[in-house]
Amino acid sequence: MSNLSSSPVDDIVALEGVTKRFPGIVANDSIDLSIRPGEVHVLLGENGAGKSTLIGMLSGLQQPDEGRILVDGKPMPITSPRQALALGIGTVFQHMMLVPTLTVAENLLLGGPWWQRPRTEELEARVAEITRSLGIVVKLHARVSELSLGEQQQVEIVRAMVRNSRLLILDESTSMLTPQGIEELGALMRRLVEQGLAIVFITHKLKEAAAFGDRISVLKLGRKVGEIPPERFRALGEQEIISEIVELMFGKRKDDPEAAERPVASVDTEAAPLLQVIDLAVAATDNAPGLSSISFDIRPGEILGIAGIDGNGQKQLAEALSGQRVASGSVRLEGATIETLSVGERSRRGLRYLTDDRLGEGTVGTFPVSINFFLKQVGAAPFWRNGVEQRAEIDRRAGELVREYDVRTPSLKTPVARLSGGNIQKVLLARELAEGAKVVIFNKPTYGLDLANTLASRQRIRDAAQRGLAVLLISTDLEELLSMCNRIAVMANGSLVGTVANADDARTRVGRLMIGLAA
Amino acid sequence: MTGLFSEVFLSALLFGAVTAAIPLLLAGLGEQMSEKAGVLNIGIEGMMLAGAYLGFVGAFYSGSLWLGFLTGAAGGMAVALVMALLCVRIGLNQIVIGIALTLGLEGLTALLHHFQFSRSYPRLPAPNPTVIPTLADIPVIGPAFFKHHLIVYLAVALVVAMGYLYRRTQLGLNLQAAGDKPAALDVAGIDVIRTRTIAVLSTGALAGLGGAYLANVGAGLFIPFITNGAGFLGIVLAMLARGRPVWVLFGALLFGVCLSLTTAMQVAGINIPTDVIQMLPFLAVMMMLVLFGRRASLPAALGIPYERGAR
Amino acid sequence: MSIDTAPTASATALDASSGVAARRDILRRVLMTIGPILAALVIAGCILLAVGVDPLAYYGYVLEKGLFSPLGIQQTLTRMAPLLFLAAGLIVAFRAGMWNLGGDGQFLLGAVTAAASAPFFVGIMPAWLALFCAFVVATLVAMIWSLVPALLRAYQGVNEIITTLMMTFLGTSLANVLVKLVFRDPGTTVPQTRTLPVEDRLPRLFDTTITSGLLFGLAAIVIVHLVMTRTAFGLKLRIVGANPRAAVHAGLGVPGLTIGVFAISAGLAGLAGAVDIIGVQGNVRADWNPAYGLAVIPAVFLARMNGFAAIGFVFLLSVLSIGGESAARRLGVPNHFTLVLVSIVLIVLALAEYVDHRYNQSRKA
Repeated sequence: MSNLSSSPVDDIVALEGVTKRFPGIVANDSIDLSIRPGEVHVLLGENGAGKSTLIGMLSGLQQPDEGRILVDGKPMPITSPRQALALGIGTVFQHMMLVPTLTVAENLLLGGPWWQRPRTEELEARVAEITRSLGIVVKLHARVSELSLGEQQQVEIVRAMVRNSRLLILDESTSMLTPQGIEELGALMRRLVEQGLAIVFITHKLKEAAAFGDRISVLKLGRKVGEIPPERFRALGEQEIISEIVELMFGKRKDDPEAAERPVASVDTEAAPLLQVIDLAVAATDNAPGLSSISFDIRPGEILGIAGIDGNGQKQLAEALSGQRVASGSVRLEGATIETLSVGERSRRGLRYLTDDRLGEGTVGTFPVSINFFLKQVGAAPFWRNGVEQRAEIDRRAGELVREYDVRTPSLKTPVARLSGGNIQKVLLARELAEGAKVVIFNKPTYGLDLANTLASRQRIRDAAQRGLAVLLISTDLEELLSMCNRIAVMANGSLVGTVANADDARTRVGRLMIGLAA
Repeated sequence: MTGLFSEVFLSALLFGAVTAAIPLLLAGLGEQMSEKAGVLNIGIEGMMLAGAYLGFVGAFYSGSLWLGFLTGAAGGMAVALVMALLCVRIGLNQIVIGIALTLGLEGLTALLHHFQFSRSYPRLPAPNPTVIPTLADIPVIGPAFFKHHLIVYLAVALVVAMGYLYRRTQLGLNLQAAGDKPAALDVAGIDVIRTRTIAVLSTGALAGLGGAYLANVGAGLFIPFITNGAGFLGIVLAMLARGRPVWVLFGALLFGVCLSLTTAMQVAGINIPTDVIQMLPFLAVMMMLVLFGRRASLPAALGIPYERGAR
Repeated sequence: MSIDTAPTASATALDASSGVAARRDILRRVLMTIGPILAALVIAGCILLAVGVDPLAYYGYVLEKGLFSPLGIQQTLTRMAPLLFLAAGLIVAFRAGMWNLGGDGQFLLGAVTAAASAPFFVGIMPAWLALFCAFVVATLVAMIWSLVPALLRAYQGVNEIITTLMMTFLGTSLANVLVKLVFRDPGTTVPQTRTLPVEDRLPRLFDTTITSGLLFGLAAIVIVHLVMTRTAFGLKLRIVGANPRAAVHAGLGVPGLTIGVFAISAGLAGLAGAVDIIGVQGNVRADWNPAYGLAVIPAVFLARMNGFAAIGFVFLLSVLSIGGESAARRLGVPNHFTLVLVSIVLIVLALAEYVDHRYNQSRKA
């Protein structure tokens, strides 16, 4: 790709042959990259392609083993986050980097000389200026823990601006945002580059890359496999760009793989519902919205989608159903009331909950893969007899599940946290879909997964419904719901504002419900 | 003895309460700073002992109490330096190292005392109090609160200073960030390790000062194990105070009153074991916890060593 | 409060497969333990030199009196009995992520209960049954004592480090009050409990002075180790310790398990006190507090909460303290030097583990 790199003088930052190794893997293998003012440079790649490592080196968290980084054309090792900031490189990390117990203003002030009094007035004036030019609002005196993820992200962008960043790096910034939030971020990036900034935008979503980028670099397994420069970018239509990227990423030309999924199967509407929820309600807490009068049925083989903007009570609904959260109202599984039962008992009766927080609550990261398959069955035969662990039995069954669900793990004893997100999700899928499952709640099952794993997970869910299970699919990705569900209910402010059958007009009707109009 | 509730008795009781409270206050304020920055400093008992011993040595050989306070604070800081190197810089387990330092300083100070002072048991002269004019003339309250050594007033002023530090300064923000989300502090360009080191060293200085006060003003001499759990009490106070210095002061005074009461009852010849009264503050705090059982709201990263780039 | 130690320990325990690799691993562990101990002895020796004592003579006495003399080794093994129970209790708590720092209070209350009840039971029933009853009562009292921190942690989320620390101050004072006011032996002038006659105490092993409590202690720690690593109950506790939210998600009854952990941990600490009294001391004197708990906590950490390794560290601790006591009398070095020695051993071992870990990481890279 060397013919694509032009004179390095225009670049704010340029990478030349940068290589970074970690135990067992080469995370970045001699990568060249040029980052210019006035451009959104998209870094596209699957999980494990080396995007985060590249960001780590640009933001001073890690140092390259080989190659060099040039800033304004001069070689410049970036040895600490402080130095990165001083060079004008601001980063918005994938995991929010704000202190939740401090206010927005205090977070923006972090990093000043320690002997100084925080210069609040100065900051307020500066922030007002920045937010006005960008057309956003930042609540300076709100505590960060009270902000939504989208608001937190805007704070991080403003922080980079307050520090006079010339280069803004956005790491997987859309993964936590609503469709509307993603649109806003795209527009914001456009305004920023118009002001002369350079932006590096990391994503694994092809459509975002095509919609927001000026230049695209594609990473694969630590190598840069291709670049689409701005001239070419402007010449191509969106579909052409996507197919070109797909070719770069997967090596062969095919259509948008997400669009190629097969249509939704039909359901026997006469069958008795497997799950009935009547007037479910949860009281609101300090940091979570409540639920009010939620009622729905799911029949065998049916996939009911829950659409809505993140943070409108979806997680609370899942937790109330699984028994993790105290709720009033009635929940019936095959006609039997289960609302008084414990989490464990509901699971044994066949109500399974696949959490969206894979490492936080779904697994015990330091425990081996094999044990994580059976976390919800601890003490049950045949894996335990009279309370004593049957290691051979556990390993035998775990081995079967690893093969059946194609979990890529070095061994059964590997701590599960060392696996990639997609493989951890396979472990969870295997666990929740294990024998005895009747109703399965999937909470954002493809969040943060790369394309291959997203497609595989969706197929598992469809297969589960095909076997006659009732599925509740919570997702913020409307495309996902439209491609899988029989019906889609829309959630807003802790209640269901409407349910639509997944017919041709579903997209508009769900969209109208989501923005508060009648379907 | 003119009866249990005479003016003289009451003001002596309160005077003793303040004297007993000051080391706890200093230890509690110190521990609070470490905990705010995310370091659980179990070695504070050892830091106090180092401060008590070196503070006594300094005051004894120089004849100046102030020099004694200085050497005491330096002694506490020296132990804190070990803690900072082992627990903050290279990230060893804070509980293991903290307990090891406490055990080690218990032994070391007792050992040094044995070879240096065990034959003579020297005492320091009684400290000169700083009498605050007019206030000291108020009956009961005056002699109880306004005839202390200057360092006592400074320690109380420190409560205000710490409150200001945490709420109104850049360093205060940095400390809180180091305890609640160190990675955020790091990417903001502030060295987490350095911030935590500052906190631990300050803890050592405060604890050392508390120890020196205990030996030089409270007792007038050094005896092995003189702190007798004061450092652990400081940990309790810091955790109960939820990051607010003024609550450390209230807590220290509560414990101080009870400690003073045990001495007073011995003097008055009342025939209950002093242990009963020593139990009172703990009983009171446990009752409060049982009745109001609020979460202690500790910093999210308390006890976890920071390593850049670790997820 | 989340301190990241339990997970690694449990993971290694599960990973320790049989075979050559495992044996080599054990050998490396042993070397990585003995090396630092020798280094620590050298450092402590320098301190001895500084105060004008010949370190070789000192260590000679420690080894002779703590390890090689028949009487010394018997004393050492006897000292191990209560420490093993304490270590067993801490292993349960720490693996479940509960920071029970209240071992000393639980220990003393167990000791006082045993000291008060054993002479009473001996008067009304056969000796073996009497001792058994005294053990049971001591265990129960310690368990009940732990109930307050356990309930506060289980249902209110109150941090157990504060509560157990306070309960240990409270328990120490309460034990003294009980000795001085309630269970005081009217026949003596010093405040202490009635003395259990030597013939009614736990039998000694064979012709030695070693208490049979040692065997109970060894049994306790081995059982605890097996329960924690091989059973469903132990796995549940380790899940709670490694990731409490995963425990809730997996449907484990976390409050119940929390209370169970505290009860077991405190019960074992109470047993430790009872074993020390019924096996060795015979009575509790006022203001008696050996503060074993504080010394055992780091030993359990260094053993990475592995029961068998903990036996080794407890043995080391006993040799140092028994040998140190004798050497103190002979060389005029106060007994407190043992504390310094133990402290240096702990720090150097912790450092060595860090260096070893770093070395392994860089070798893999």
